[in-house]
Amino acid sequence: MQIHHTDVLCIGAGLAGERVAVEAAMAGLNTIMLSLVPPRRSHSSAAQGGMQAALGNAIMGDGDSPDVHFADTVKGSDWGCDQEVARIFADTAPIVMREVAHWGVPWNRVVPGKHTYYKGGKPFEAEEKAEKAGLIHARAFGGTAKWRTCYTADGTGRSVLNTLDTKCLQYGVTVHDRMQAEALIHDGETCLGCIARCLRTGELVAYLATSTLIATGGYGRIYKATTNAVICDGGGQIIALDTGLVPMGNMEAVQFHPTGTVPTDILVTEGCRGDGGTLLDVNLYRFMPDYEPDKSELASRDVVSRRMTEHMRKGLGVKSPYGDHLWLDIRHLGEKHITTKLREVYDICTNFLGVNPIHQLIPVRPTHHYSMGGVRTNRDGAAYGLKGLFSAGESACWDMHGFNRLGGNSLAETVVAGRYIGKRMVEYTKGATPSFGMQYVDDAHKKVQERITDIVTGRKGKENAFKIRDEMHDIMMECVGIFRNGKDLQKAVNKLEELYDRSQKICLSSTCKGMNPELSTALRIRGMVKLAQCTAYGALMRTESRGAHTREDFPERNDKDWLNRTLAYWKEGASMPTLEYEEASPYYELPPGDRGYGGGVTIPNELPPEKFVIPEAAKENLKKAKL
Amino acid sequence: MNRMLTLNIFRYNPLDPDSTPRMQTFTVQEYDSMTLFIALTQIRDEKDPTLKVDFCCRAGICGSCAMVINGRPGLACHTQTKDLPAEITLHPLPFFQLLGDLSVDTGSWFRKTGLQIEAWCHSDDKAFDPTAEEMRMDNDLANEIFELDRCIECGCCMAACGTARMRTDFLGAVSIMRVARFYLDPRDKRSEDDYYEVIGNDQGVFGCMGLLACEDVCPKGIPLQDQLGIMRRMMAMHSVKGVLPRPLIETIKKKGCCHAHAQS
Repeated sequence: MQIHHTDVLCIGAGLAGERVAVEAAMAGLNTIMLSLVPPRRSHSSAAQGGMQAALGNAIMGDGDSPDVHFADTVKGSDWGCDQEVARIFADTAPIVMREVAHWGVPWNRVVPGKHTYYKGGKPFEAEEKAEKAGLIHARAFGGTAKWRTCYTADGTGRSVLNTLDTKCLQYGVTVHDRMQAEALIHDGETCLGCIARCLRTGELVAYLATSTLIATGGYGRIYKATTNAVICDGGGQIIALDTGLVPMGNMEAVQFHPTGTVPTDILVTEGCRGDGGTLLDVNLYRFMPDYEPDKSELASRDVVSRRMTEHMRKGLGVKSPYGDHLWLDIRHLGEKHITTKLREVYDICTNFLGVNPIHQLIPVRPTHHYSMGGVRTNRDGAAYGLKGLFSAGESACWDMHGFNRLGGNSLAETVVAGRYIGKRMVEYTKGATPSFGMQYVDDAHKKVQERITDIVTGRKGKENAFKIRDEMHDIMMECVGIFRNGKDLQKAVNKLEELYDRSQKICLSSTCKGMNPELSTALRIRGMVKLAQCTAYGALMRTESRGAHTREDFPERNDKDWLNRTLAYWKEGASMPTLEYEEASPYYELPPGDRGYGGGVTIPNELPPEKFVIPEAAKENLKKAKL
Repeated sequence: MNRMLTLNIFRYNPLDPDSTPRMQTFTVQEYDSMTLFIALTQIRDEKDPTLKVDFCCRAGICGSCAMVINGRPGLACHTQTKDLPAEITLHPLPFFQLLGDLSVDTGSWFRKTGLQIEAWCHSDDKAFDPTAEEMRMDNDLANEIFELDRCIECGCCMAACGTARMRTDFLGAVSIMRVARFYLDPRDKRSEDDYYEVIGNDQGVFGCMGLLACEDVCPKGIPLQDQLGIMRRMMAMHSVKGVLPRPLIETIKKKGCCHAHAQS
């Protein structure tokens, strides 16, 4: 087996992985980045809308500050987030937007003078300030008090990813694409790298690294209908969970985006509503103001998705062969706006839906979109359970999103966390004296090789990988969706337990020399079922409603019993995860309260006064983060 | 009524000494708004899981699934079956190394050429000051740079390029467009001399035969033709800079690209 040595190993080459890799390479560390696909094909490239950062240059963002951004983020999370992390994020986001501008991102800029903007379908005039000319502009997104989302038309992910990738080229980051990490190498205390399978040749390769980053994005493909790319199968979370030592945080916190298109599930950006688009029902009636008089279409995503589902349940959805949907109307924004600032939306509608959004309505419905949960890390991005293992971006539960993340906050998180955690990783790597015991490499290699032999020979059973995947999809769609209840969740847990058992007996239906794509699927399914089970079981046990986690049988947000984060471990040999809980936040700079949208009742918590004090150490750390 | 589609798919596994290149036929029942992504996924899930084909975003954004569709390079996810005849022939992109069936290695080629043309903003990264305001930029210029940053590196342009067919070291319209992106960008401090070094040769702008299929097949509609023209003129002027009067060079060198109106 080929063995590569490196200082820093980044598994995943989307925005978070690349930002960490740039940090490490600029600090002079050897850096290898593994990716399923060439880095620029990572799912970050599909992010359309933008990145939230309180620059306050746009007139509609006038008076914005990291404090306001912090408060929006905490409210958005329904007080489920780690407030120290949310604070680091809000305070350093403006710096990171300027930094990537310095590196080449062509952000849209402020054009001084009078402009016609739209809110809730109605035009209004606003005058951009002359002294802000040429600074980074911002658009509106849901759940925010100010226009704060920095953008490059509706190709923000693409342009920032391209820029970071150019920096990876410049600073000599080694890219091994078409590589799938199959297992972490560790000695029970420290992570030493990973065993990866080459998707060109099918060979196994070992990577030994002083520090290892998991930045593999979300695990949306446990659902049948998702906006996520085909590669978002949770590969990084799976190898962490498989160690039995590293827990997943808040896996039940799953976001459904209001505007997945029907029938393809391809996303159209929240920027459509931010720029003034509205949601209409079967009677072409704009219904959101009835539910959310203040924020309407621009309440947080969990709220809008719930309201849309409620409205369709009243029989006011549009019937189609693909099930009920609603309409997104952006026609009033006009041809120029749609073909420039919403160009990707225009392309998606015309190419995939046969709809011209300049003249026609876009069929949409809430669709699985984002995983707030993931590899649980501390403030510095270090994974619980193994030294030398880090995680950043959607794959991590860092945890600035809690139970609902705001649009524009996750794309910003990738680079903001990438910079902050990248610096912590560089510190760790420079201070570490690793010893790579070859027996651990052999152990990990043997485990992967044995699984492959099991699957190829069928010596454990004759289960079909695609069939198990389809059954997992069906149960997740049916029982672990937007509205949840104990009975359905129990049904899902039971079914997933059965699927987990069957997933250990998978056998290939084909043979193929070298790389067999069926083996790639077969190797993933067991882990995907585990992630699905962590999601379903966490949701079953959490008997409250918070953010995107909505229990019809427990409609209150229960701060008394559930102001906490679920930690799901999967112990060696177990058939079910073990759940533990930790406090949601080390302290509450913003005390638990009302979000100001979404309605609902809260069962309060009497927190002791010291929980509202910001510790000196946190203040010091924040100062350091801004350097 | 929906048709029965016949897909003739190129099959070859370079890792298997017994494999020989051949065409294999599959039939698929068409349904409404079916794309080639859906048809090929169905074949892989239900008929032949060994079929090698790359998909990622399935929304025309990532550039993974470029292939030759009835003789023309395009994105499979972007192609609706209703726009094709009932018989569909699929080949892998030429020019790039074949990994198997419809899968080719675009990634290595784009990385290699990216290094060759130094496709990054040449500025002083260490000079970044976290407390300072960002450098101001005209919004039209930002839009113009983004227009060239929309490339998804799918490889369709290279697959359709007549020059690339004859000389494998041709950098192609995509690389010239990438250089143009940095030439436009005031943050990149490279001079005309530096750019000439990179693309002022037969591998670069002077190799292009001007057939322009690159622009015809670009799924993102990027103005490759204009960029080729602008860069070629800039390079040509540069190569005769000792001969032509300086004011003439200054007047025409940035015509047609954004610097012209940014500076006027």
